[in-house]
Amino acid sequence: MSNLIENLNKTFDSRVRLGIMSALMVNEEVNFNTLKELIEVTDGNLASHLKALEDMKFVAVHKGFIGRKTNTSYRITKTGEKAFKKHIEALEKIIKNIS
Amino acid sequence: MNEQQQSLEELQHIKQMMEKSSRFISLSGLSGVSAGTVAILGALLVWKMISDYTHTFGISYETLVTELIVIAITVVVLALASGFAFTYLRSKRNGVSIWGAATYRLVLNLAIPLVAAAFLLLRLMQLQYVGLVAPVCLLFYGLALVNASKYTLGEIRYLGYCELILAIINLWVPAHGLIFWATGFGLLHIIYGIIMWRKYERVTF
Repeated sequence: MSNLIENLNKTFDSRVRLGIMSALMVNEEVNFNTLKELIEVTDGNLASHLKALEDMKFVAVHKGFIGRKTNTSYRITKTGEKAFKKHIEALEKIIKNIS
Repeated sequence: MNEQQQSLEELQHIKQMMEKSSRFISLSGLSGVSAGTVAILGALLVWKMISDYTHTFGISYETLVTELIVIAITVVVLALASGFAFTYLRSKRNGVSIWGAATYRLVLNLAIPLVAAAFLLLRLMQLQYVGLVAPVCLLFYGLALVNASKYTLGEIRYLGYCELILAIINLWVPAHGLIFWATGFGLLHIIYGIIMWRKYERVTF
């Protein structure tokens, strides 16, 4: 059992981060405001979690413009995709193992 | 041991986020209200034209049908334009971009049944099965909504079911197509729009 829990990635130990990664898994690119609306968090909270994922090289940032407004969008990296898939598999194993 | 329960909840959360993020959620309730209003105005105009046609001589059937088609196209264009405007405003207010993979999927899945319906409607008019025009409009529109509900706010599925029920009843009373058409495209849109607006957009002070 303890083995199985060790397989979980500590980085994803937050609802906000899980939300970010899930959205980026199924969308090529998601901008900051869309993520904010989806996960229902404050700017600061979302930004700090995004920064953490960025530092882990799990997400890539792209800063652009829509008209004169800045538009920051995010993509998942290959590393991020691998790590998140592994995390999901670990979760599945925990469920299967006990039931 | 609570890990199992926790893992299950986490997986459910992931699934829910994946689903929600691949939907187009900016669709405004006010779009429904405006499109419905345009539809009712259009239906009133058509009703007036048809009653003029039956009370005066000298207008040919072909002229009437051409005029009706022009009105129908105008109504569809105006309804789409006003609907788009409110949804555009909402997405702008929320700072969410309106064009994305989710929008593309929504539009595509709405369009497939509707384009198929356009051909059927054209053929029905040519063969003068005029009584079937309204129920066929409602039927295919209902199917389009049910089909597209996976790509936007899920409640639109129920609007689709209501359109289908109206369409099926209308098939047996083809002479009252205009009333059914006005109910399905006008009244139902307005009711749906108000419900959605109250649920998702109303700003409470």
